[in-house]
Amino acid sequence: MSAAETRTARPAISPPDTAPLVEIEGLGRVFDLSKRWLNRVLDGSGKVMLTAVDGVSLSIERGGTYALVGESGSGKSTIAKMVVGLLPPTSGSVHIAGADIWAERGLARQRQLHRRIQMIFQDPYASLNPRWRVGSILAEPIKAFGLAADAAAREARVGELLSLVGLDPRDSAKFPHEFSGGQRQRIAIARALASEPEFIVCDEPTSALDVSVQAQVLNLLRDLQQRLGLTYLFISHNLAVVRHMATRVGVLYLGRLVEEAPARELFAAPKHPYTKMLLDAVPDIGMEGVERPSIAGEIPNPINPPSGCHFHPRCPHVMPQCRTVVPPSYAVGDAKVLCHLYDGTDHAGTARSAP
Amino acid sequence: MTATLSVRNLRVEIPTRHGVLTAIDDLSFDIAPGEVLGVVGESGAGKSITGSAIIGLLDPPGRIAGGEILLGGERIDNLAPPAMRRVRGKRIGMIFQDPLTSLNPLYRVGDQLTQTILTHEKMTARAALDKAERLLVEVGIPAAGARLSSYPHQFSGGMRQRVVIALALAADPELVVADEPTTALDVSVQAQVISLLKRLCKDRGASVMLITHDMGVIAETADRVCVLYAGRLAEIGKVRDVVKHPQHPYTHGLMTAIPSLKGDPDARLEQIPGSMPRLGAIPEGCAFNPRCGFRFERCRAERPAAYPTSRSEASCFLLDAAGAAPPPETAAAARAAGIEVRAGAPTGADA
Repeated sequence: MSAAETRTARPAISPPDTAPLVEIEGLGRVFDLSKRWLNRVLDGSGKVMLTAVDGVSLSIERGGTYALVGESGSGKSTIAKMVVGLLPPTSGSVHIAGADIWAERGLARQRQLHRRIQMIFQDPYASLNPRWRVGSILAEPIKAFGLAADAAAREARVGELLSLVGLDPRDSAKFPHEFSGGQRQRIAIARALASEPEFIVCDEPTSALDVSVQAQVLNLLRDLQQRLGLTYLFISHNLAVVRHMATRVGVLYLGRLVEEAPARELFAAPKHPYTKMLLDAVPDIGMEGVERPSIAGEIPNPINPPSGCHFHPRCPHVMPQCRTVVPPSYAVGDAKVLCHLYDGTDHAGTARSAP
Repeated sequence: MTATLSVRNLRVEIPTRHGVLTAIDDLSFDIAPGEVLGVVGESGAGKSITGSAIIGLLDPPGRIAGGEILLGGERIDNLAPPAMRRVRGKRIGMIFQDPLTSLNPLYRVGDQLTQTILTHEKMTARAALDKAERLLVEVGIPAAGARLSSYPHQFSGGMRQRVVIALALAADPELVVADEPTTALDVSVQAQVISLLKRLCKDRGASVMLITHDMGVIAETADRVCVLYAGRLAEIGKVRDVVKHPQHPYTHGLMTAIPSLKGDPDARLEQIPGSMPRLGAIPEGCAFNPRCGFRFERCRAERPAAYPTSRSEASCFLLDAAGAAPPPETAAAARAAGIEVRAGAPTGADA
């Protein structure tokens, strides 16, 4: 595939294609945490497997923002790494614009695919090379994918990218340490945009930033999405931020997608008991002085998760089958819920009528 | 009634090779008995340094360069280290962000608790162990008796922070300084730990100074809130007033910049331009003036004191009834943002 062909694959502002840009099917990842073979034999211990992601399926519309929320150990970041191609999945597939990113053969095809997917990381202090000038950081993807004809064109493009994220083109001569956290995150966003991607995975992009700067970065991400027609996979533990950014939300608990719904619906009428619990637990400035029902328990150890529905030990609506049977995905309106409460039979109005 | 803690004109300096940095500049506040005061600000605003100054654990070369700190009416900022050690732990309990670093990984939890109890109270080792178990039961650790012989790494993050709370309350202190106590925890656990801390301090009548960057936590936990900006007081008042009717332009910007679970999700977030200045480059006049939408002449030249409003106190010249008036359009814009502009108006004329 030549550079010229690569150029034609630039994102269109209003793509006529209505098929989802990203399709994730039955994605799973198991980490082997066992001791070495000899130690296992000597100790008589078995293999230790951690299922970080378990059968996650979702699709992301072009120009949409799909948010994954969950607490630590829920598998958010593992999914992000598998979607961008940094970590091979144990099972399942990731299709971007129809191409399976883990089945593509041939370096040229893979490179072409990877150009279209970029990632923004949580910590802008760790994701920028401190020994490189900002100009070199931004020119690297342009060079790697052959997106500019010569050095002058590359430099012009770097200046353009810096203006796009609200920095001065002259900042390209500076080093990352000369910038504040929010400005560094802008540089990281500019770098992600340098390869002209269609799809950007944002892994907790504002968690390391102060609130007044967080608003700047969130607004910038929304503006860029509108201008460039970008599609985001937005990963965050902050529900208020997710509500502000997402068009569709998936809630993860111990590697399983327990609820998936359009953002408005999820926040207005959460279905899964875990989603309800999460929404009840978030301290929010709109709710001062509210006494909350206390939530029981903590996230279990993912090496040895509870049987059946992982959430059953903490669930206020637990039923006998929850302890033994893994709930399938039930469609409730536009939402998909992994919960036995929605299996179609009447459970004496336990949670169906709530909230 | 004497305030549990009274901080008067506190000034903390950090001498560096490039000159002396003023980390805390003329900060005053009180915490009443049984009150929870939230201290909020962005990174570098001086929240943690204020906490460290109060418990006498400022990292050198940082030093208290002025003002006083009174605990129950007695000065504690000038105590000699051995005397301060008796105050710390006994009269002031401390909770830090990361429970793993505040617990000694080599000692069993029971040993750490009994050691703290025996340092501050005269009792037998047997009685101290009983008290340690009672404390663990109180902070909600299941099978507390058996857990006394566990090591910190055998607890989960939330449980570890409960142990730290037990340690902080071991000697029944008058004041608990909690520095980002839930920042390292997941949301569902955070809610448990905060309600626990609030309940235990209320039961014992202890005051709490809750330092956090999370306005949501403050809104739900604190009675009053103190907003810091660049080491200076921006605004102090009742939580409800400061969240709903902020009087300082910075507080106002902060409240509108935070995404909330209420309100319109499609509305654009208000943003404050720029970021907080570094300690070495705090602007002349009001520290917030280069980022402020309502600045006028006076803001660049003088430093505002804290002026009272009908709700809170805020350090902004717009609120100084005795001061010069801002340009009419600035005053109108500030009024539209809900700020009670008093500058240049006869006292009481402003509604």
